[in-house]
Amino acid sequence: MTGSPTKAGDAILTVDDIVVRYDTPEGPITAVDNVSFKVRPGEFLSVIGPSGCGKSTLFNVIGGLLSHHAGIVSVAGETISGPHQSIGMVFQEESTFPWRTVIDNVAFPLELVGMKRGKRAERARHFIKLVGLEGFENRYPGELSGGMRQRVSLARTLASEPKILLMDEPFAALDEQTRLLLGDKVLQIQQQLKQTTLLITHNITEAVQMSDRILVMTYRPGKTKRIVDIDLPRPRTSEIVTSDAFGHYVAQIWSDLREEASRGMKDEEAHVLHHDVPAS
Amino acid sequence: MIGAAALRRSSPGRFIAPAVGFAAIAGAFALGEVLVQIGVIDRYIVPPPSEVIASFYRIVAEERVFTRFLYTAGECLIAGVLLTLFGIAGGVLMHRFKLLQQAIETWVAALAAAPLVLMYPLFLVIFGRSMWTMVIMGFVSGLPPVILKTIEGIAATREVLINVGRSFKLSASQQFWKILFPAALPTIFVGVRLGLIFALINIVGTEFLINFGGLGHLIADLAERYDLAGTYAAICFVILVSILFFIALEKAERWLRPAD
Repeated sequence: MTGSPTKAGDAILTVDDIVVRYDTPEGPITAVDNVSFKVRPGEFLSVIGPSGCGKSTLFNVIGGLLSHHAGIVSVAGETISGPHQSIGMVFQEESTFPWRTVIDNVAFPLELVGMKRGKRAERARHFIKLVGLEGFENRYPGELSGGMRQRVSLARTLASEPKILLMDEPFAALDEQTRLLLGDKVLQIQQQLKQTTLLITHNITEAVQMSDRILVMTYRPGKTKRIVDIDLPRPRTSEIVTSDAFGHYVAQIWSDLREEASRGMKDEEAHVLHHDVPAS
Repeated sequence: MIGAAALRRSSPGRFIAPAVGFAAIAGAFALGEVLVQIGVIDRYIVPPPSEVIASFYRIVAEERVFTRFLYTAGECLIAGVLLTLFGIAGGVLMHRFKLLQQAIETWVAALAAAPLVLMYPLFLVIFGRSMWTMVIMGFVSGLPPVILKTIEGIAATREVLINVGRSFKLSASQQFWKILFPAALPTIFVGVRLGLIFALINIVGTEFLINFGGLGHLIADLAERYDLAGTYAAICFVILVSILFFIALEKAERWLRPAD
């Protein structure tokens, strides 16, 4: 069940031999080590790994927010060095603009390209409807729940019509039920738009529910441990989490991750002991 | 779903706090009246509150208090515009050029705590007994909080919002106008509000000291005539103006920041 390699020619996103090192007071740390993979057009690929495996670092490298790395990121064959209009990012932290209404948040990227007010309001309404927030156009983010705010962020990114949707644990701060339902919504949108999506997550259920393939990373330094093909029927909904096949994939990925997560836990304990940090 | 704020607004309990506030003021007046009437407080130092209240009509009808109020308000408005423009621009420049910030931020913070009203002889020499002496006094005293709060507001912009801007490939100018400035606006407004209050205090104080201008001048006039009841009535009027000024600023802030 190990994942199939993707031919160089048919990839829309190529991540090639990425290495990221940081200098710390304890010496240099390799956060990401020789990570390579390709994403096909319309594919949903998740990158999963324990805390500290360099997932978010990889997110920043692919999104162009981190420049001090070795290796190449290319979109449709074009090497990129910095943020690229083809990649739309959805962040883990709440990232709506609190001073803008929902419709003005979603219209933000359209405003940047100089689209006329009427046209951009129409386009923004389309994406607001897509994420299921019609009726909330004139509300401010402060009046919405955490899940609704993340949907606003998603709609804003989709409004820029990126070729690749790059998401970093967008539902991490939400409760499990909201997370499953929002997973349904993302899946529905992804199928509808045939949106190439790269999801960074530490949640196995979320990854299996949504992905065509899952890249499992090792604990520090973050390397590719395995790529798993998820051969579950589409269209999928959160109901799939009760199926035997789903449980099988979850168990398989957890067996890969457990060893890495244990290593991470031991490493953190050693760090606390070494620095004599009092237990909270 | 009814929000907590809506419940608070619709609750009859919202009238209790202002009622207690007014009752406390009325109680203080009544206590003052009794203490003066029984001779505990000398009426030649503090007039009875009833005389002060009775003097209100006199300072309105005979002392042109509203004309003087408009004069002081005009000075505050000019000082307010100047300190908003220069304060925000100064804060932005100091945030942009770290060396500048490191070099002078401490001095600006020290100025915010200094009794700047003592600088009035300098401005009196430069501008003479004119409204510009008061305007510049208000401007100088209100400038430091606007600068400091502008720096604080921009520096406190959440990293993720800056990253959203970067992900949409915003230019430096777009990043400032579309993200940094609106994100910092609530904090900047706190600085402007503080600056305007400092300006009002110093403008009225300078009017009093140089015996020229609006409400401060009126208080100085009445005090020189030893019209104690009128003096206290004018002081009460200034306090009333300060309260209304503060409420107006709060309303303006809510209007400018509907998201909060």
